[in-house]
Amino acid sequence: MNDKKITIGTHISKQFDIELEDIRERVLKMGGLVEEQFGRVLTALMDGDADQAALVAAEDYKINQFEVEIDEECVLILARRQPTASDLRLVVAVTKCVRDLERIGDETERMARMIQHSIEIESPEKYYKGFIAAGENIRKLLRETLDCFARMDVTTAVKQMREAYSIDRQFDAMTKQLVDRMKKDPDTIASALDMMWSTRCLEKVGDHCVNILENVVYSVEGEDVRHQHLDEVEETLNMD
Amino acid sequence: MTIEQKNLETKVNSQRKKENNMESTISEEISTKEFKTEGQPLLDDPRISTRSVDVFYGEKQAIFDVDLDIGKNQVLAMIGPSGCGKSTFLRCLNRMNDTIDICRVKGTIKLDGEDIYDKNLDVVELRARVGMVFQKPNPFPKSIYENVAYGPTIHGLVDHKVELDEIVEKSLQRCGLWSEVKDRLDAPATGLSGGQQQRLCIARAIAINPEVVLMDEPCSALDPIATVTVEELIHELSERFTIAIVTHSMQQAARVSQRTAYFHLGKLIEVGETDQVFTNPIHKLTEEYITGRIG
Repeated sequence: MNDKKITIGTHISKQFDIELEDIRERVLKMGGLVEEQFGRVLTALMDGDADQAALVAAEDYKINQFEVEIDEECVLILARRQPTASDLRLVVAVTKCVRDLERIGDETERMARMIQHSIEIESPEKYYKGFIAAGENIRKLLRETLDCFARMDVTTAVKQMREAYSIDRQFDAMTKQLVDRMKKDPDTIASALDMMWSTRCLEKVGDHCVNILENVVYSVEGEDVRHQHLDEVEETLNMD
Repeated sequence: MTIEQKNLETKVNSQRKKENNMESTISEEISTKEFKTEGQPLLDDPRISTRSVDVFYGEKQAIFDVDLDIGKNQVLAMIGPSGCGKSTFLRCLNRMNDTIDICRVKGTIKLDGEDIYDKNLDVVELRARVGMVFQKPNPFPKSIYENVAYGPTIHGLVDHKVELDEIVEKSLQRCGLWSEVKDRLDAPATGLSGGQQQRLCIARAIAINPEVVLMDEPCSALDPIATVTVEELIHELSERFTIAIVTHSMQQAARVSQRTAYFHLGKLIEVGETDQVFTNPIHKLTEEYITGRIG
């Protein structure tokens, strides 16, 4: 792998440094909020707190605001600075990551509404267990993803992409389990469906994390690794 | 300034200090003899090919060991900070440096396989094959027609006035000037606008049907609209001619060229497809220059 560390604060134009650092910091703040919202949904489920779940759903607008503001800032940087090379890749990656973070926010909102419903109709606890475990894995993936973005760490990004694919395999088993339960106990179909859709949301959050990780790779290495098998990605990046 | 902005500025400054320490290491790396140009400086079937070119102004060496090929019907942009040697290198390609007494050129420069520094080579003929356009439009203080007709006449390319008329019309057409000046060909060229004058100089350069056109910052004295017309012209001319352009505008290099060469302190640091150089350069110095970290 080439040593292509991204260093923002070194332009002749100090103002450009400040503008780039500003969008980077805003993405991290946005990521922090997304992570917090996601964590609150899991806690609401564990505590059986429907109000908390409703509150999370109601606060998605804050994430949307971040998306609009950061996008606007990126457009201004493109117009003012006509960035090239790593700067251009960073700005392009930021606009894409911000979209993925906003989608994670949307999935979190959707999950919050379904979990709120699930709690209100008093779904049996056994339905939550697998979901909470998978949710914790995704939360960890999300945190690691944001860390990779903050540090522009390609090695860990690729490692986390592998982790994401391994988490992804759990979802098939969870879906199968929920279908079996619905067959055995048709009275709980409504609860099982909530969990089924929520599981789908978790899966999508994982996919968005992978997108962000791919953008970290693009931003640092200039390699577009989308739609590539992980072994190919490692080969492209000359990783052992 | 808010506290947040102040903190951000402090952070940016400390990052900058850290980077300054790294700069000296890179300068040391390129100053070694083992330094090799990154990317693809050589081509299979070049129009111009330069090998081990060193240029000296008296005792001072301005260009170090440059190997670079320029492809047929291709636009090569040469970029780099002031004093990096890009214009000096360009001027070697049609022996314009011969006019500077203290300038010495070593190495080989070939045009279609023929050494242009060969003692038996006729320099006037060379400059007919390798035309040049300068930063400031420099039309002769003559009519528009005479400016374009001058080259073909002194090089004896025409026998009749009709042929000359044809060349003048064709050259002006290729430069997009014909419709603007066809009714006032006898008017003084100096009466044209800056952009028109520069296009006239390009028409004058191509009237003798050169193989290569060298351009030394051809748009730096022009306004944005005139710049667009000249860039458009460069794009069209590349279908017939090989073009090497030195430019300070990186956006211009990115817009008009297929290949870009980056010079730094007289060394050719990197050559590559323009798309690649501007999105993902190989050498750290290229990255730092095009992202505005060094200048």
